[in-house]
This record gives sequence, structure tokens and C-alpha cells, in this order.
Amino acid sequence: MTGSGTGTPPALPKDGNLARRRRWNNVMVGLLILGSAVVVLPLILVLGAVFVNGASALSVAFLTQDFRPVDEGGGGLFHAIVGTLMMNLLALLIGGLLGLAGGILLSEYPDHPLNPTLRIISDLLNGLPALLKGLVIYAVVVIPTGQFSGYAGALALALVMTPIILRATEGVLKLVPWSVREAGLALGLPRWRVILSLVLPAAAAGITTGLMLGFARAAGEAAPLYFTAGGSQLLNWNLSQQTESLALSIYKYANEPSPLRQDQAWAAALVLTVLVLIASLLARWATRRA
Amino acid sequence: MAAQTPPVPAAPSPLYRAFGDRLFVYAVIALCAVIIGIVVLMGWQLAAGGSAAWARFGLLGFVGGTTWDPVANIFGAWPFIVGTFVTSVAALVLAFFPALAVAIFAVEYAPRWLGQALQYSLELLASLPSVIYGLWGLLVLAPAVRGVQQNVMVWALENQIDWLPPILGAPVGIGMTTAVIVLSVMVIPYAASLAKDSIALVPSAQREASYALGATKWEVIKNAVLPYARGGILAGIILGFTRALGETMAVVMVIGNSKNLPFTLFGSATTIPSAIVNEFGEAQGLQLSALLALGLILFVISGLMNLLAAWIVKRMSVEGRL
Repeated sequence: MTGSGTGTPPALPKDGNLARRRRWNNVMVGLLILGSAVVVLPLILVLGAVFVNGASALSVAFLTQDFRPVDEGGGGLFHAIVGTLMMNLLALLIGGLLGLAGGILLSEYPDHPLNPTLRIISDLLNGLPALLKGLVIYAVVVIPTGQFSGYAGALALALVMTPIILRATEGVLKLVPWSVREAGLALGLPRWRVILSLVLPAAAAGITTGLMLGFARAAGEAAPLYFTAGGSQLLNWNLSQQTESLALSIYKYANEPSPLRQDQAWAAALVLTVLVLIASLLARWATRRA
Repeated sequence: MAAQTPPVPAAPSPLYRAFGDRLFVYAVIALCAVIIGIVVLMGWQLAAGGSAAWARFGLLGFVGGTTWDPVANIFGAWPFIVGTFVTSVAALVLAFFPALAVAIFAVEYAPRWLGQALQYSLELLASLPSVIYGLWGLLVLAPAVRGVQQNVMVWALENQIDWLPPILGAPVGIGMTTAVIVLSVMVIPYAASLAKDSIALVPSAQREASYALGATKWEVIKNAVLPYARGGILAGIILGFTRALGETMAVVMVIGNSKNLPFTLFGSATTIPSAIVNEFGEAQGLQLSALLALGLILFVISGLMNLLAAWIVKRMSVEGRL
């Protein structure tokens, strides 16, 4: 405000400057809103395309039949849904075990000499392209056994899940207060019982979140399965055979000239999106319950 | 051995205590060793599998070789390396300002509900499978890009700008531009969430001091908030870059997969992951070895970038700021 002195107030050469700064401020707000809209727009476009095209192509036959040639109606992707669920559940078992073990070592045995290495390796594994995880399983499992199989696919997906579950587990285990562990030890429980019966249950919601996030990520992966599960047109309940997954089907069908196949790719994308959304919602629900 | 009966019937056996503890630790360590072993094995398998290609062409010969000809058995990785870096860098440049804008807006401006909604949107963008981005890029975005490019081509022809069409490339829709747009959409959530987290961590005293000096809101953000959060912003960019480098399915579906340099703006190009997926099916012998050698290059680059990002995040969380 104006000074208390008499005489003329000093000239305000900065006055135009202030107006300019305010204008600039408003311009930047506009740009920030515009930038945020640019981020949300593709999400709406992609989800919109998946839901509109997928819903019109989705049918009972699509969900219950397996592969048929185009001139016989095209069939459905029941075999891919079965394959996706089987491989991902097995992967969840393996990746969950590995991730839990890693999280337990990092959080419950903080002084263990293996920890710095494990931390670096888990960071590395988290960022390495899923494609490379498929390649290593190809070299280690597919080549020696001589065939693509659902088991190899599940192993590759487990590698996708492991670092995600590991990080989540470590994070929530560290949130469990030390007094809980001390209480258990004071009651005479051995350390492993303290971890299994006190610490893990206390962190169950957070661990569930990690498992679901890992599942959601792996369910949509096609690249590692390309080298391991190999894809299949047949329904099989046996993971020792070549196995199809929804993500693989989308990749294959999207490149086919037949509009029917492209519609089926959209429908598969819808099913996959719903699967991923359910897993993400479960993860959020578990976090909220914590 | 159970030579004596324990005095208290309910007392647990020593087996349960000491042995149980040891067994548990060993089991945990064994599983962790599996995780470590797999990553080591990954590097070793890629190195061993590609050794034939490295031996045949040499390090510089393979990395710098511009010819990739399975028929003549000549393999050079340069087109794939160039394609990978060009698409990833371009995607990051395209993604940077929107990602930063949404991070700033969500923390500094948006009301709570809108900030939450933006957070969910980012999580959703990150969790959508890459084949779905590929499907959308191929069937929705590519025709649109083709339309735009055709208009530009017609305009260039009418005005007789002869140098333009060769730079643009063939108007097929699938190619460099489409891949870059799809990639940038996929990279945004990674860059934005780290930037958002680090902006939210800036102490409010930092902002208040700047306001007290008479700064406008934008000046507060520019002078007080962003410099403080630059470590997280940088880490987000690097994480986004590693994600873009290794992105496979979305890119292979929309990039057209041509390994002929020079790449054009809209024309077909290729990246390391898309080359591996494309040629893997029929690859044998030296070609398979060359593909695994490409995989090793990808392993080394994305591994280094990841460790760099992890290091920055760690530096950021402790006192030492970048």
C-alpha cells in the first residue's frame, strides 16, 4: 500500500510489470490445464475405443467357444481366457512366493549381507523389458524341454510380477511397528513365527495390493509369452502344452485383414481391460481396508 | 535327540525354535538367491547366446553395422539402435510438458477431488496393457495419422515444396510418428507420477517464503517448487525413458518394422524390441545369435538407465538433493 509519508508517492515503474506478471500467471494456469487435458484425453480415447468397439463385438459365443476359422463364424477366445487365467494364477503363486521372500528379507532381516545386492537386482528386474524376461525363460526352459508351454509362460509372467510384489511387500512390512515384533518375541515366539503369524497378517492388506498390482501388470503382457507360451488355437487345460493368452490373441488378430478378427481383437481388449481393472480395484479396495 | 522329556509338556521342541528359525531364513535366502540368479542368468544367457554374432562382427562392427540382411548373413545393429533412441527420445520430448503440467496442476491447483481423479487417470494409463495401446494405435490412430500426412503431402505438392515429401516418407499411417505418439502416451504416467510425488514433497515453507517476497503463484512454482523437485522430475524422465526403450508390443504393432536407414518422419522404422519379436519366429543360427546380441544391448542400456533412476530417487529421499 501507499507509504505513510507526505508528498507524492514514488513513481511505480513496476506497475506495468505487475500486470504483466499477473497476465503471465493466468497464461500459465491455462497452459497447465491444457497440459492436464492432453494427458487425460488419450485415456478417454483409448478406453472409449475399447469399450465401444469391444462391447459391440462381445458375445456369448466369443466367451464360450474356442478358435474357429473365419468362414465358420470365427468362434471365440475361450481358450485364450482359460490360458490367461491359468498362466497368471500359476505365475502369481511363483511370483508371490519370490516377491514375499524378497520383501521379508529386505524388511525383517535389514542387516543381511545379501540385501544391497537384492535391492539393486529387484530395481533392475523391475525396469528390464518384459521381452527380456521372456527371452531368458526361452533359453532356460523352452530350449531344453524342446517346446513352448504354459509352464514356461507362467514362469516368464512370474518374473514380471516378482519385483512389483517384492517392493510392495517390503514397503508394507516396514510399516508394521517394531513393537509388534518385540511383543511376539517377548512372548517367546521364535522369529519365524513372529514373521508368519504377526507381521504378515498385520500387513495382509498391503501384500494383497502388491499381489493384485503384479497380477494386473502380468495379465496384459504379450511380449514374454510370445517366446514362452507360444500361443495356441486349441483349448487346453494342460499347461505343459502351448497355451494362448488374451494379450497374444490381440496381437495376432489386430494384424489380420479380416474385420471379424479385428472385432474379436477389440472384444479381447475389452475382456483384458476389465480383468486388469478388476485387479486394480481389488488392489485399491485392499489398500482402503488397511 | 529327545533323550529327556521336557519338564513342561507344552514347551516347544528345540527343533521348533532354533531349527525352525534357521530353516526359515535359509528358505527366504534361497528364494532371494533365485531372484538374483535369474537376473544374472539373463545377462549371461544373452551374452552367451549372442557370442557368435559378437565374434563374427566384433563389438564395433555389430553395433555400428548398418546392414541387417538375414539372407546374406550380415547383421548390424545400428538401424535398431537409432530407431530405439529416436522413438524413445521423441516420445519423451512429446510427453515431458503434459506430464509436468499434470503433475503441477494436480498438486498446486486442483481441488482434492480433481487431484484424486487425475491420480486415478495416471494409474489407469499406466496399468493398461501395451497390446491395447498397440491395438488402438494400429486401428484408430494410424488411419488418422495417415489422413493428416496425406493432407500435408497434397499441400507440399501444390506448393511444389520438393524437399518435404522425402522427409515425410510413405503415407501408410504406421511408422515413426504413430509409434512416437503411442509411446509418449504410455510414458506420461511414469514421468508424471514421480514428478507429482516430488512436487508434493516440497515443504510449504518453501512456497510461503516465495509468496512473502511478492511472487505470483506461477513464480512460486517456477522459482521455489520446481527447482526443489527437480531430482524427482529427472528420475521420472529417466524411468519413462527406460520404459520407452523396452516397450515391445505397442511399438511392434504400429512402427512398420523397416530396417532401412535413414528413417523418415512418418515412414516405417524399427526398434530393438520390435526387431526381436518380428524376426524371432524364423531366426536360426547366426540370425538368432544376432537377435540375442540385440537383446544384450537392450539389457545393458535399460539396466544402466534403471540403476541411474534408482540412484537419483535414493539421493532425493535422503538429504542430499540433486
